[in-house]
Amino acid sequence: MCLAIPGQIVELSSEQPLLAKVDVAGVKRTINIGLLDLDDVHAGDWVLIHVGFAMSKIEQAQAQDQLQMLKALGEDQLAIEEIRGYKFS
Amino acid sequence: MKYVDEFRDPQLIGNVVREIERRVDPTRHYRIMEVCGGHTHAIYRHGLSDLLPENIELIHGPGCPVCVLPMGRVDDGLAIAQRPGVVLAAFGDMMRVPGTRGTPLELKAKGVDIRMVYSPLDALRIAERAPETHVCFFAIGFETTAPSTALTLMRAKTLGLRNFSIFCNHVTIVPAIRAILDSPDMRLDAFVGPGHVSTVTGCRPYEFIARDYGKPVVISGFEPLDILESVLMILRQLRAGEARVENQYRRIVPWEGNMPALRAMAEVFELRPYFEWRGLGFISQSALKLSKAYARWDAEVQFEVPGVRVTDPKAAQCGEVLKGVLKPPQCKLFGKECNPEHPVGALMVSSEGACAAYHRYVHTEQLTTA
Repeated sequence: MCLAIPGQIVELSSEQPLLAKVDVAGVKRTINIGLLDLDDVHAGDWVLIHVGFAMSKIEQAQAQDQLQMLKALGEDQLAIEEIRGYKFS
Repeated sequence: MKYVDEFRDPQLIGNVVREIERRVDPTRHYRIMEVCGGHTHAIYRHGLSDLLPENIELIHGPGCPVCVLPMGRVDDGLAIAQRPGVVLAAFGDMMRVPGTRGTPLELKAKGVDIRMVYSPLDALRIAERAPETHVCFFAIGFETTAPSTALTLMRAKTLGLRNFSIFCNHVTIVPAIRAILDSPDMRLDAFVGPGHVSTVTGCRPYEFIARDYGKPVVISGFEPLDILESVLMILRQLRAGEARVENQYRRIVPWEGNMPALRAMAEVFELRPYFEWRGLGFISQSALKLSKAYARWDAEVQFEVPGVRVTDPKAAQCGEVLKGVLKPPQCKLFGKECNPEHPVGALMVSSEGACAAYHRYVHTEQLTTA
């Protein structure tokens, strides 16, 4: 439930400022970035994603740590499945 | 040390374990509660209890959202689903949680329109695309998840969407910790504090545990090294006779929390006077409901929900396991009537539930090596 998935923002949306495209282990989906400080969000940033929302910005090294952690817990496939499941854009 | 090969840095793990062994007082018994279900999962997954000295006992806390939801609330959600024209949307974890007359998944198989979603925004999208239906989202979760529901509701308000509602079951972790601390049968020495919840709440809400109850709290990450380091930080505090809130998960958790998330929660939610938790009973101000400004989207205002209190199946001892009074295999149903394929209690459903984690990583292994 509290699964947090690391991903990289690849594109911000000019029409819908609360949405952004992220890349999670090669899978690209749109998420909501309304829980971040929007003045400080840029393409290339790494974020932690939970139920379709970026919860916090993280460093790239931390994102890789987090991905490792998901693998160690056997939850990386679950995470990809969740990212693929976002259908709100 | 069965999983030690999978640790990313076995040498670091070894160092921390030896340091723990040096700090531990062999004449006393330590009871440390990990509040978060994600930690419970990681502890079983990596066999971390086996790495610790025998007199350090890890007690599993109430931090698993589907586990603490009482059966009556599941029934209420399913009653909403069965109203004509309603689509009930729920997270995957919720789909297999038993109500009195079956799980959401079983009801779906009988033709009730219940859909699994990965995000509350997906439920909103279903409502936008199907204006002839009413879409109700079965919202569960702690502070990690509540801000997402809040933002979804703010979006519904902006869109002026009338055919959407939230059945709000969001709970807050601090009152549950306080209830456990006040419970006479719980003697705890310290807490491993939740990781992702704290990215939203920050560390301050836990300060009362140290100040008023004199127990150390260490906010922890989820890797084996994180959890072992947190145990070590707790032992250091106990050894020094201190009680403070420390943040082991600084790389993710800001001390002050996530302000946009807290602001969104403050706009959309207000505290319920009380809410029932499985195993812990009624806890005052421990859950969220929609504020008056959002009452139009509150399923409990829109629909009459039965609101019946339902006791758990007698034989299942979910409550005792949730409070840490019993370990999962000490429940009479564990591994027999109640198993991951046919869960009787919610703790066997979610991967964060103590019973599901124990069954997957300890019980199955014992069966195959026996």
